[in-house]
Formats: sequence, C-alpha cells, structure tokens
Amino acid sequence: MIELSQIKKAFNQGQPNEYWALNGIDLRLEAGKVTAFRGPSGSGKTTLLTLVGCLSRPTSGRVRFKGQDISGLPERFLTEIRRQSFGFIFQQFNLIKGLTAIENVILPGFPSGRPRAELMAAAEQILEQLKLSHRRMAKVEWLSGGEQQRVAIARALINNPEVIIADEPTANLDTALSREFMAILEGFTADGKTVLLTSHDPLVVESNAVHRVIGMRDGCLVDA
Amino acid sequence: MLFQPAIIALLMAAAIAVLMLTAAAPFAVQVIRHWDIHSGAERQLDFERRTYLFSTLLTFVFVIQLAALLLFVFNADRLSAMFVGAMCAVGTLNVNDFGFPALISQIVVFFLAAMWLAINHVDTRAPDYPLVKIKYGLLILLLPVMALSFWLELQYFLGLKANVITSCCGSLFSGDAKTIAGEASGMEPKPALFLFYGALVLAIVSALWHSKKGIRRSGYLLAGTSAAAFVAAIIGVLSFISLYIYEHPHHHCPFCILKPEYDYQGYWLYLPLFVATAAGLGAGAMQPFARVASLCQIIPRASARLAGLAAGGYFLFALVATYFILASNLILIEH
Amino acid sequence: MNVWLEKQRHLIDFTLASLARRKTKNIGLLLAYTVLVFVLASLALFTQALRSEASFVLAGSPEVILQRMVAGRHDLIPPGYIEKIGRIRGVQKQEGRLWGYYYDPVVNANYTFMARPADEVATGSIMVGATLARARGLAAGNVISFRSYSGKLFAFKVAAVLSPDSELLSADLVLLSEADFRAFFEYPAGHYTDIALSVANPQEVRKVAEKLSASLPDSRPILREEVLRTYQSVFDWREGIMLTVLAGAILAFAILSWEKASGLSAEEKREIGILKAIGWETSDVIRMKMWEGLLISLTAFLLGFIAAYVHVFYFGAAVFEPVLKGWAVLYPRFALVPTVDGLQIATLFFFTVFPYTAAVLVPIWRAAITDPDSVMRA
Repeated sequence: MIELSQIKKAFNQGQPNEYWALNGIDLRLEAGKVTAFRGPSGSGKTTLLTLVGCLSRPTSGRVRFKGQDISGLPERFLTEIRRQSFGFIFQQFNLIKGLTAIENVILPGFPSGRPRAELMAAAEQILEQLKLSHRRMAKVEWLSGGEQQRVAIARALINNPEVIIADEPTANLDTALSREFMAILEGFTADGKTVLLTSHDPLVVESNAVHRVIGMRDGCLVDA
Repeated sequence: MLFQPAIIALLMAAAIAVLMLTAAAPFAVQVIRHWDIHSGAERQLDFERRTYLFSTLLTFVFVIQLAALLLFVFNADRLSAMFVGAMCAVGTLNVNDFGFPALISQIVVFFLAAMWLAINHVDTRAPDYPLVKIKYGLLILLLPVMALSFWLELQYFLGLKANVITSCCGSLFSGDAKTIAGEASGMEPKPALFLFYGALVLAIVSALWHSKKGIRRSGYLLAGTSAAAFVAAIIGVLSFISLYIYEHPHHHCPFCILKPEYDYQGYWLYLPLFVATAAGLGAGAMQPFARVASLCQIIPRASARLAGLAAGGYFLFALVATYFILASNLILIEH
Repeated sequence: MNVWLEKQRHLIDFTLASLARRKTKNIGLLLAYTVLVFVLASLALFTQALRSEASFVLAGSPEVILQRMVAGRHDLIPPGYIEKIGRIRGVQKQEGRLWGYYYDPVVNANYTFMARPADEVATGSIMVGATLARARGLAAGNVISFRSYSGKLFAFKVAAVLSPDSELLSADLVLLSEADFRAFFEYPAGHYTDIALSVANPQEVRKVAEKLSASLPDSRPILREEVLRTYQSVFDWREGIMLTVLAGAILAFAILSWEKASGLSAEEKREIGILKAIGWETSDVIRMKMWEGLLISLTAFLLGFIAAYVHVFYFGAAVFEPVLKGWAVLYPRFALVPTVDGLQIATLFFFTVFPYTAAVLVPIWRAAITDPDSVMRA
C-alpha cells in the first residue's frame, strides 16, 4: 500500500546547522496491518511518519501511496490526500482549547464542505463508539487525559480514513489507559484500517495487536 | 490638484497596489529562474508557499481595482460641480487629456487581472503547476501596465484645476463632435441596435457553445466575441440605451445612469456586463494552455464554467437593457 | 457551489468561535479601528452635511447677483441703474434687493435685515429666523423693539418664525417690509443693496454675466454656481487637510494591524499547525483569516459609523465644529439635516478597510504557511 524508496530528508538545507533526519529509507508497508516504529528519540521515526502521512515532502526519494507517486506533489494536493486517507493521533493530543469535544472532532471535515448536520451526526456516532457521548459538549480543557485522547481519536476518524497515524500515542497515558488504547487499536484492524505508530513503550510494541515492528536509528532502518 | 478625499483615496489605493506588486516582482523573477516542481529542496518548498501570497495579492488587487473603478466614475460625477460647463462625469474626465485614458487603463487593468486569475485558477488545479513560469512572467508584464495606469491617474488628478472650461456631456456627445465617444453616440439608433443585439447574441451563442463543447476554438471565439460584445454594449449604451433611460433624445452620457436621479439603473447594466466580459476573456486566456498534459482535463471544465457565467451575464445584460427600452416613454425608432 | 458555500459557513463558524476565545486581543484592535472609523466618518458626514446645507440654501437664491463697485468696494445701487441693464435674453426677472446688518447689543450678535415685498411682510411686522427667535425668546404674535443706528426706537410685531429647515442661513434673518427697512436704516430712496437676476437656463448664465459686465463695467456679477463651487472646494479642501493631519493616525492604525496580525501568540501558531495537520489547506487558513479580518472590519465600520452619525447629527459634531464650520460666531445651534452619501461611504472604506487589509495580507500569509508537520516536530 505504501512504498518508500531511497527516502532522504534534510532540515536547514545549505546552512551550517544542516541535518539529515532520514538517510535513504527503503520500505514497503502493507494494508490492514498495524506497524510500529521503534527507536530512540532523534532516530527519524516521527519524520518518517510525516512523510508517509503527507505532512511533508522528502528532500529526495520516492513515496508511493496506493501506486501513486506522491513525493513531488505540491502541498495543496498532499493536503487533499491527507484529508481523505489519513487520520492523525498526536502525542500531545493537539486539541483546540476553548472548543467543545464535538467541535474539535468535526474540524477536519470543514475544508471538505460537508454539511454541518452530517458532520455532527458522524461525530456523535464515533463518540458513542468511544463511550464519550456524555462529554461531547464539554470544553476539551475540562476533559481528563484519557478522554482527551479519545476525542483526538474521534477527530482522526471523522473523515473515515484508510490509514491511522499515531505518534507516541501512549506517552501521556497510564497503564490502564494504554491498554484501553490498544483495545481501540484492535478495533481499527477489525475495520480493515492500516495503522502506523511510533512508540518505545514495551506495552505497545510487544502487544499482540501490533503485527510488525520496525527499528530505527540515526535515520536508517535497523533490525528490531 | 484638487485636495479632495476621494482623490486621495484613489491615488493611495493605486499607489499601494503598484508598490505591492513591485515588492513582489523580485520573488516572481526568482520563481521563474529556479522553479523545479520535482525538487524536494527547501527552496522549492519556499517557492510553493510563496505562490499562495501571489494569488492572494492579485485577488486583492483585482477587488480593489473594481472598487476603485466605481469610485473613480462616482467621484468624477461629483466633481463636475467644480468645473464650468461640466455637468456630469464626462465633463470632469474631459478637463484634461488624461481623464479618459486613466479610466480606460483602469478598465484594462481590471480585465487583465481577471485573465491572470483565470490562468492562476486552472494552474493550481493541476498537481504539477505547469504554468507557474508563464504565470509569473505575465505578472511581471502586468506591473508596467498597472504603473502606467497609476501614472495616468496621477497626471489626471494633478491636472485638475477647478474652473477650467470643459465641455459637458451635452456638447461632447452631440453627433457632430469628432472624438471617438462622439462618433459612438452619433451612430443612428437603428444600426446601433442591430450591432448591439447582434454582438450580444453572438457572444451568448459562442458562450453556450463553449460551455457545451469546451474545445479550444470555441474558447478563442468566446474571448473574441466577449471583447466585441463589450465594445458593442458600450456603443449601445451611448447611442440608445441611455437615451431611453433619460427619456431624452440627445442625452448620451454613459455615467449619469449610475446616479441616484436615475435610481442607479446603470449598475444593473454594468455589473453583469463587466462580470460576463471578465469571464469570457478569462475563458479565452486559458485556451493557449489547453494542450498541456496535466491541464487537458481541467481547462475545458473550468472554461466551460466561465462560459456559462459569461452567457448568463450577457443574457441578463440584454434582458435589463431591453427592459429599459420597453419601459421607456421615449420613442426613437418608429415601428 | 453548495460545497463552497458550506465550506465558507464552516470557516465563518470557526472564525467567530476563535474571535470569541481571544476577546482581549481583538478588543484592542477593534477599539482602535472603531475610533478611526468614527473620526473619519464624523469628518465626512459633517462636511457632507455642510455641503448639502450650502447647496440647499443656495438653491433658493438667484442665479446671478449684481453688485456695484466703487473703488473696489461694494456700494449701493443708484436709482436708474436697473433700467440701464435693459432687457437681456434669458433673464426672466431682475429686481433690486435691500438688505443689511444690524448689531443687537442684547445678545451681542449680528442680524441680517432683509426687505420683502409688501404682500409677504406687512408694514409694522417682521418674520425672524429660528435661532434668533430662540435667542430673544420670541414667538409669533410677540412685539419686539430695536434701536436703529440713528438712535430711534422701532417696535415690530413678530408675524412668524421662519421654518428651521435651513437654519444655517435663516438663523439670524429678520424679514421686514421695504418701507420699514428704508425707515429703520434711513436708506436713501431709490437706492438698492444689489440686484438679483433669475436665469432659467443654466447654460445661459455665463452669457448673461458676460453681457452684464460689458454693459455695466463698474459692476460685479456673482454667479450662484461659482458661490456653490467655492463652498464645495472650501469644504473639500478642509476635509482634505483634516485627512492629511489624520494620515498619521491611519498609518499608525495600519502598523498596529500589521503587528497584531503578525504577532501571533504561541497558542495561535499551534492552532494553525493543528488545523493544517488535520487536513486544512494553506488557502483554507488564508480564507479563514480573511473572514476574520472582514468580520472585524465590518463590526468596526458599523460601530464607528453609527457613533459618528449620532455624534454629527445629534450632538452637532462637537469635536470638529471649530475646525470645519469656520467663522460663524452667531449660529449657536443649527441642526444638520442628516445626509448619508454613497461616495462618502466608499471613500471612507478606502481610508479604513483598505489600509487594514493591505497591512494584514502578508502576516496572514506568513501564518498560513506554517508547516503542517510542525505539530509533530515540537
């Protein structure tokens, strides 16, 4: 489903502090599976996820998504693919303060111009599945950490994406909540979604829910 | 120069628009020289971000140009009280040689900006941005035109001195005057009527044809008929529509119909006319690029939509004009 | 089309919510914006009101006024002068006018005395302007006496108080009969102050004026259109001067909006990063910010304009009166007739919304190009 070949990514190109976050990655990711990237911080795993998730473009190399070469696409078109095909769950949850839970959930649907009523109905349904309907009108800053994450998950699902990308999803959760998250993850697989995540939490990478673990160090793949 | 708020506002707006484009020009040159869509280098990413700024800037200039055009005519009309013999905008514009050139150059800038935006629109629909270099080349070409328009406007306002004896629209547009405007209004109502409806029908038909087919030839035809229809429409306004609105057989002024005394009827005429012409010209402007691989799907669709808009605009214009003629008590042509 | 509309609705919804969340930041800008619109709109409305008042007043005055000049000074029209004019083509009516000034020590003010034909004002009675009536506490039916310049006392009955519609000019007016006028001022018989000529066709006015100066070289014709033009240009000029003085304020405001728009808080930057990461496009963010600017502009414009309207037409433009009204000491209260004019509003828009938009354009773009992956890199 996703193929990477000879991917390199540089930051601050041409300046003294130039630095290559990725150094020639070749990788093939299968659909419908949960893949975890493991490695120390600074190993390039988050950068790799941003490339796969159409958040940025590689400095060189090719990214293919469902056969289409997306590495040379301008941001306008990457955004469109990202909106339709990817859902994101961030480490810091990245919810917008001051808005209610449900308002946060429907935000990714705005640029598509879906009618508000339709978006709200879809959001209610997802929150219901995540057992959070009773908190839907609460401002996100009043929610607990676990609830915030479930709002973030609901937001990732609102456009019904094929791929879910989660960056250190359990870093801010305790053990019980982390287990709960892994259960939700298994639900994604059951729905046929592809999941890509980064983690160095053993609870995640050693879980049965994860099909494949890929090790990374200094911008290169290593055996896990 | 007359020290007057609207004049200050117009000059300020034009100056800022020119300054903004001038400041943007070096970046446009950079884009033309170093653009490489296949590169993932940071410079290329930076260029791509910059394209958003240029689109926004040009849209801004376009909107301002339209507003400034209205204010210009509006203000010219108001200023007529300042000049002996000037009874409406025509008299004020005739105070010196720069009045009408300034007005025409502003209309030209408006249409050119519309055409640029049309090209920009289709270009951003194609994933490889095939027209970027052409687009920014055109932008740099647009700059001197805008600067010229600003210069004309400045000369015109600097040359305004109250009390200069000018001809009012009554004498300018009387049939024996030798100026261009005079000849237009001196046209007999009957041939003008044929020209007017003929050009409009032609424009509407070619617009409809293009909106169906979306092929290159019909696109060029639409641009041509749009330009012709615009000229014919202005001639029509000069030689008979205004007469019907004023119900006066010798009042040919194209500006007085914008006044409150005539219930702002002119806006109903000019608004659809300008929109339709901008759409028609825009549809034509994108045709040279219709064979570009990544645009061969996009351009026919976009230009067909514009053609639909043009057809609607001209139809509305013709309808409104016909209504004014039929509702008028004036009889120019015996049945 | 529907999708587009729905999208704009979403963007506006989001903008409203985000404006509400950052009240304190936006209120400062909104206040500055409103004050700017208020000042400029007051200025525009006030000069426009004066302008229309002037043309309203002048509409009723004769097309041409002929004065006789002696040694470059305005002098009385001697007997037989009117007949010397003879018949001029286009002149419908020519009549001698009698008017003069009278200083009233009771209220320390000058009145204008003007003679009217006997069928309008009967001998022994007068009509007075509304301001004067207020100042002296007069109503129809009252009797008032004036001491003439020669020391004699004259008593008049007030027949009517003039309509306050054009108070700017009729404020100090006293209308009386010709006989009373000549007796009060001891005006020599057969002499007039000036001559008024009515010309029906505006195109012929200049021709008439040329003929007059040719046949009566010691006279000076004053054309109504010239007076009107002079008024207009004086008001325009004053408005322009005020605007130039206020240009600094406009510039300061533009800088303020630039700074407010570019000085995004960390919170706002993070928000834009989040929006972009979850699928908003750069142009979506630009459009959202444009809506924000538009909402702020419209609110400020509406508030400022309404405040200016109230200020000018209900409080007599207390702030600008001394600068713009000019010499008038006598006219304590003149209610401006509310006039709102499209050109003025359009000009006002150019002086406020245009600088604002121009100033925030680049900062908005800068904010909108935030990298979508910034939220993951933090």
